[in-house]
Amino acid sequence: MEAAHAHAPGHDDHAHHPSGIMRWIQTTNHKDIGTLYLWFSFTMFMVGGVLALMLRVELFQPGLQVWRPEFFNQLTTMHGLIMVFGAIMPAFVGFANWQIPLMIGAPDMAFARMNNWSFWLLPPAALLLVISFFVPGGATAAGWTIYAPLSTQMGPGMDLAIFALHIMGASSIMGSINIVTTILNMRAPGMTLMKMPLFVWTWLITAYLLIAVMPVLAGAITMILTDRHFGTNFFNAAGGGDPVMFQHIFWFFGHPEVYILILPAFGIVSQIIPTFARKPLFGYVSMVYATSSIAILSFIVWAHHMFTTGMPATAQLFFMYATMLIAVPTGVKVFNWIATMWKGSMTFETPMLFSIGFVFVFSMGGFTGLVLAITPVDIQLQDTYYVVAHFHYVLVAGSLFAIFAGAYYWLPKWTGHMYNEVLGKWHFWLSMVFFNITFFPMHFTGLAGMPRRVPDYALQFADFNMISTVGAFGFGLAQLVFLWAVLKCISGGEKAAAQAWEGAEGLEWTVPSPAPYHTFETPPAVK
Amino acid sequence: MTSKLARSFAAVMALLATGIAGANQYNLQPPQSIIAREIYDLHSLIMWIILAIFVVVFGAMTYSIIAHRKSAGHKAEQFHENTTVEIVWTVIPFIILIGMAYPATKTVVSMKDTSNPDITIKATGYQWKWGYDYLQEGVSFYSSLATPRDQIDGGNAEGRKNNPNYLLEVDNPVVVPVGKKVRIITTANDVIHSWWVPALGIKQDAIPGFVRDTWFKVDKAGTYRGQCAELCGKDHGFMPIVVEAVEPEKYAAWVKDQQAKMAKAAVADDPAKSWSLADLKARGEKVYAANCVACHQATGMGVPGAFPALSGSKIVIGPKTDQIAMVLNGKAGTAMQSFKHLNDVEIAAVSTYLRNNWNNNSGEAVTPADVKALRK
Ligand code: HEC
Ligand code: HEM
Ligand SMILES: [Cu+2]
Ligand SMILES: [Cu+2]
Repeated sequence: MEAAHAHAPGHDDHAHHPSGIMRWIQTTNHKDIGTLYLWFSFTMFMVGGVLALMLRVELFQPGLQVWRPEFFNQLTTMHGLIMVFGAIMPAFVGFANWQIPLMIGAPDMAFARMNNWSFWLLPPAALLLVISFFVPGGATAAGWTIYAPLSTQMGPGMDLAIFALHIMGASSIMGSINIVTTILNMRAPGMTLMKMPLFVWTWLITAYLLIAVMPVLAGAITMILTDRHFGTNFFNAAGGGDPVMFQHIFWFFGHPEVYILILPAFGIVSQIIPTFARKPLFGYVSMVYATSSIAILSFIVWAHHMFTTGMPATAQLFFMYATMLIAVPTGVKVFNWIATMWKGSMTFETPMLFSIGFVFVFSMGGFTGLVLAITPVDIQLQDTYYVVAHFHYVLVAGSLFAIFAGAYYWLPKWTGHMYNEVLGKWHFWLSMVFFNITFFPMHFTGLAGMPRRVPDYALQFADFNMISTVGAFGFGLAQLVFLWAVLKCISGGEKAAAQAWEGAEGLEWTVPSPAPYHTFETPPAVK
Repeated sequence: MTSKLARSFAAVMALLATGIAGANQYNLQPPQSIIAREIYDLHSLIMWIILAIFVVVFGAMTYSIIAHRKSAGHKAEQFHENTTVEIVWTVIPFIILIGMAYPATKTVVSMKDTSNPDITIKATGYQWKWGYDYLQEGVSFYSSLATPRDQIDGGNAEGRKNNPNYLLEVDNPVVVPVGKKVRIITTANDVIHSWWVPALGIKQDAIPGFVRDTWFKVDKAGTYRGQCAELCGKDHGFMPIVVEAVEPEKYAAWVKDQQAKMAKAAVADDPAKSWSLADLKARGEKVYAANCVACHQATGMGVPGAFPALSGSKIVIGPKTDQIAMVLNGKAGTAMQSFKHLNDVEIAAVSTYLRNNWNNNSGEAVTPADVKALRK
C-alpha cells in the first residue's frame, strides 16, 4: 500500500510523458485510456441520440413530414450501429480499464501499448460511420442487422460501415485479450478467482464472449463485402447462395452480443447494491454460476430472432426451449439483488437509485423477452414495435442505466470530488420517467400491429407515437443534466475520501481519491 | 404505507389488465382464425403469469425499500447465502416455464401443419408491392398501396385524417373463402419481405430464391389488413397486405371474374398483334407506373445517389438490346432487379416508353419480338 501512496498524483505525466494532446494520444496508462473510452462513448451517445430524435420527429404524426423514407432508414440503421458499437460497448470497456486494475490490485493492464491501440482504432471507425452519410446514396439503410440481400443493394455507405465494423471488432478483440490476460495473471496475491469482485467476473466472461463472436461478425460482413464487390454468392440465391444463412451467422454473433451489452451492467449493479444496502452481495457463488450459464446458453438461442424465416417445427421448439431456459439464471440474478437489499440498511444516493431503477426496468425487459421466447407469440410480434420496446428496456434501462449508476459510483474515485447529489437525482428521475413515457407505449403499438423500421404508420397508432416522441425529447434533454453533473464534478466539489461511500468494499477504495496516476505498483495483500 | 402500496399495485394491475382484457389499441388484434386465437390465449396466459411474478418479486422489493432503509433506522443484517432459498428460486421458475412451454408447443405444431389445403396462393414480395398467384385457379395479379401519394406527402393532410385505412389499403386485395384452409407460399423477387396479417395470426418471411409456407382459415367474412414486416428498402412501410374473406359462392364468382379479366388482358397483350409506337408508349406508361416509378420516379429523374435518372440515361438511349437486357435481367448487387416476370409486351412497352419520354426522343419502338429474342 505504502508504495502506491508514495507517488504524488500526476507524478509521471511530468516526468516521462508528453503533455497536452500528445499525452492522450500516446498514453498507455489504464486510467487515461479508461477516460478516453468514456468520453468517446459519451460523444457517440450524443450522436446516436441526435439520430434517434431525428427519427422521433418524423414519427411524431402520421404522414411524411420531415425526411424521405430512404433517409429515415439510414437514420434507424446508424442509430442502432452507433449506440451498440459506439456508445454502450466502449463505455463498458472504459469501466473495465479504470476499474479492473484497481479492483484486482494490478498496476495497469497487461498489454499497455495494445490498450492504447485498441482505443485509438475507435475514432477513425466512428469517423467512417459519420462520413458515410455524405457519400452518394448516403449511409447504409439496411438496419443494424444488415440482412442480405438488402445490404448487397446498398451504396458505398455500406462498405464504409463494414470497414468501421471491422475496425471496431479488432478493437474489441484486442481489448478483450487484454482484459482476460490482466484478470488471469495480474491479480494481487491472495485474490483467488472466487474472491474477485463481481464486476471483474462479469467482464472476464464478457471478454470471452467477445473473443468468440467478434470474428463471426467479421466473417459475416466480409462475406457481404465479397458478395457486393467480388462476385461471390454467399447470400445470393440466384448464384446458389442462401440469404437466410446470413441471418444464422449474424445472430450467432448477435445474441451473445446482447449479453456482451448486459453482463458488465450486471457486474456494476452487483457492486453498487451491496454498498448502499451495507450488506454483502447475496449469493455471490450463484451469481458467478448464473453469469456463466447465461453466457454458455447465449450460444444456443440465436434463432429466436428468426422464427418467421420458416424453420422446421423441431428447430423452432429447440430454440424456444433454450431461450426460455435463459430466463432461469436471469431470474436468479434479480432475486439475488433483491435478497441483497432485503434487511439491509439502505440509502438512496444516485448510484443506488439507478441500480434499483435498473433492477425494476430491466426486469420488465426480461418479462417481454419471455413473451418473445414463446414462438407462436413471437411470430406475431417479430419486427414490430414490441421488439423495439423489449430491447430498449434491456439496453437503455438495462445497460445504460447501469453505466450511469457506475459513473456516479466511481466519479469520486476518478475525479477526487463528490458529484452534486441534487443534479444526480434530477438526472435519475427525469431519465426514469421519460424513458417509460417513450418506450412503454411501444408495447401497445407493437401488440396492435405496428411494424418497426417504418417512417409512417396507420392512424390508430398516432396517439402512442406522439407520446413516445415527447418522451424521447425529455429523455434526450435529461442527459444534458448528466453532462452538467459530470463536468461540475470534474471541476470541483466536496472532496472525496479514499472510501467515498460508507458501505463500499474493495481494493479501489483503499487508494486515495482521485486515484493517483500509478496505483498498486507493489501488489496489495488480500486476506 | 401499506394502503398506498396496495393502491399502486391495483393501478399497475389495472393497467396490465386492460392490456390483457383487450381494447384493440392495447393488445393483439381480435383474432379471426384458430391460430390467431391460440396465440392470443397464449399471450394472455403468459401475461397473467408475468403479472403474478411481478407482484411477488417487486412487492418484496418495494417492501424492502420502504422497511429496510437507513433513514427508517433499520440495521443491516449480514447474511449472504441460503442454499435452500437459492434452490427454490431456481426450481420454481423452471416449473413455471414448463407450464408455459406445453401449450406453446402444441400451437407451434399446428401452425406448421400446412397439409391438405383447399386453396394455395403464392405471395411474391417485390420492392415494393406483392404479387399473388392462385395456383389451382390460375389467377394472378399484383397488389400495391392504394393510399394516394398526396395523403402521405402532406399535400392532402385532410384526406389522410379522414382515411380510416391510411397505408392499409391496396388496389387488388387477396380474396379468400371463409372457412377454407388457405395455404400461403411465400417467396420474393429481390430482397427479403414478410407476409403478415395480424388478425389471422400469420407472419412468414418471403425469401428470394426460396419458398416457405404457412396457412390460415378465416372464421368470418371481413377485410383483414397487414403490412410487410421485414425491412426491404425505401418503401418498406408502404406495401400493405389486404385479405378479403368472403362466402364461398362469392369467392367462386370472384375467381370467374378474375379469369375472364386475365383472358381479356392476354388478348390485349397479344405479342403477335402489330403494335404501333403510340400503342406501346401508352401501354408502357402503365407498366412504368406499376413497376418502376417507386425508384426511378415519375419525372424519370430517379433519386440522386440511389436510383439513376432514366431521362437522358446512356443505357436507355443506347442500343435497344442493352436496355432490354437491363430490364429483363436487372443488375446483380443493386436494387435493379430482374423484371422477367413481366410479359414480352409489357417489357417492350415500358422500354419504348423510356426511349420516347422525358428528354429521350429516339423515335424508336422496342417490339415484343425484340424482347422475346433476348429472353434466356
Ligand atoms: C427497387 C428499385 C428499382 C425499381 C423498382 C426499378 N429500378 Fe431500374 N434501376 C434501379 C437501380 C438502383 C439502378 C442502377 C443500377 C446500377 O447500379 O447500374 C437501375 C437502373 C436502371 C436502368 C439503367 C439506367 C442507367 O443509366 O444505368 C434502366 C434502363 C432501368 N433501371 C429501368 C427500369 C425499369 C424499366 C423498371 C421498371 C420495370 C425499373 N428500372 C425498376 C432501381 C430500380
Ligand atoms: C430474459 C432474457 C431475454 C429473453 C428471453 C430475450 C428474448 C428475445 C427474443 C426472443 C428476441 C427476438 C424478438 C424478435 O425479433 O422477434 C429478442 C430480441 C432482442 N433482444 Fe432479447 N431477450 C432477453 C434479454 C435481452 C437482453 C439482456 C438484451 C440486451 C441487453 C436483449 C437484447 C435484445 C435485442 C437488441 C433484440 C432485438 C434485436 C433486433 O432485432 O434488432 N435481450 N430478445
Ligand atoms: Cu437474442
Ligand atoms: Cu417488403
